[in-house]
Amino acid sequence: MNVEINGAQIYFTIPILGGIPITATIVNGALVTIVILALCRYLTRNLQVRAVSRRQVIAEFLVETAQKFVNENMGVNFAYYGPFVAALFSASLCSSLLSLLGMFAPTSDLSTTAAWAVMVFVLITYTKIKTGGVGGYLLGFTQPIPVLTPFNILSELATPISMAFRHFGNVVSGSVISSLVYAALAAASVALISLLSGTAVIPAVVVLLGAALLGTGIRKKKTVKKILGGIVAALGALGVLGYLGIQLDIPVLQVGIPAVLSVYFDLFSSAMQAFIFCMLTTLYIASAAETD
Amino acid sequence: MERAIVLAGCAIGAGLALIAGIGPGIGEGYAVGKACEAIGRQPECKGDVRSNMLLGCAIAETTGIYGFVTGLLLIFVAPGIFMGLL
Repeated sequence: MNVEINGAQIYFTIPILGGIPITATIVNGALVTIVILALCRYLTRNLQVRAVSRRQVIAEFLVETAQKFVNENMGVNFAYYGPFVAALFSASLCSSLLSLLGMFAPTSDLSTTAAWAVMVFVLITYTKIKTGGVGGYLLGFTQPIPVLTPFNILSELATPISMAFRHFGNVVSGSVISSLVYAALAAASVALISLLSGTAVIPAVVVLLGAALLGTGIRKKKTVKKILGGIVAALGALGVLGYLGIQLDIPVLQVGIPAVLSVYFDLFSSAMQAFIFCMLTTLYIASAAETD
Repeated sequence: MERAIVLAGCAIGAGLALIAGIGPGIGEGYAVGKACEAIGRQPECKGDVRSNMLLGCAIAETTGIYGFVTGLLLIFVAPGIFMGLL
């Protein structure tokens, strides 16, 4: 059983400024950008006031949802942050969803999320300075008493760090756990097949059981039963083959079972983290503009 | 020998770092329990309570994520650095 957990793969290095590595993060990030740009281009082609197409309805729904989100969280004065927040959300979501295709998700590299967090940090600082002036911004660190200045500076710096680590950690923990589960399932299926191939009767019974389950699944149109029946039947068939002397180490258990994890880690967690990141962005910027 | 000690230290440290998972576990459980209470009291607020609960859970998760990142650093990054120092 071998588990491989790697960071971003380095494709090649541009030999200027001491070598700039071009990693999977950069390539997939560019891919995400292209996908989002193409989607925007596709959705906003031929916009019309009347005789609205289905495409335009989707585009309007997306824009209105984003604008409503920003208006609710930041107030109408900050309505111009709508495109920024929407861009952040779509970039984060599409990046995380790349892992569904088995590609390296740019968000599972700390550099990506740290870049976004620094961007948000700059905006927070800009808003604070714009609201209270440079003097007010610096004076804000000595509130409520001057002794707390170092802690205020620390908590100010903790904002981008916690945002970056939260997003990165959630995505990476998902990919680490999925790769561990894949490795465990591969080991388990090899062990099961070798266990089954000891005799002839047991794997044959297993094949029959799996086929029966598959049959019920197809008759009653239950996807779970179909998948499970297929897996069990394949396990039994491999056991029979093993008894006949043909050792095939096909990780049958890896079919279907990790999908449960994938639904949580890839779909739910990606959407959740994108939402949280945007939510925190809006809340931090809005609270930076508050004068007290 | 030094290499073994470094590796053992990194592995033990990574294990200790993941104790941080206890905190968010308790905290999120508490939050979800309270959310269930709120939904039980006012079922019409279900949507609001749920979205706020998810947001709070994701934020409460942060400390656990710190522990996890520390563990990752100790397993994948720290041994390389310390081996280089030896």
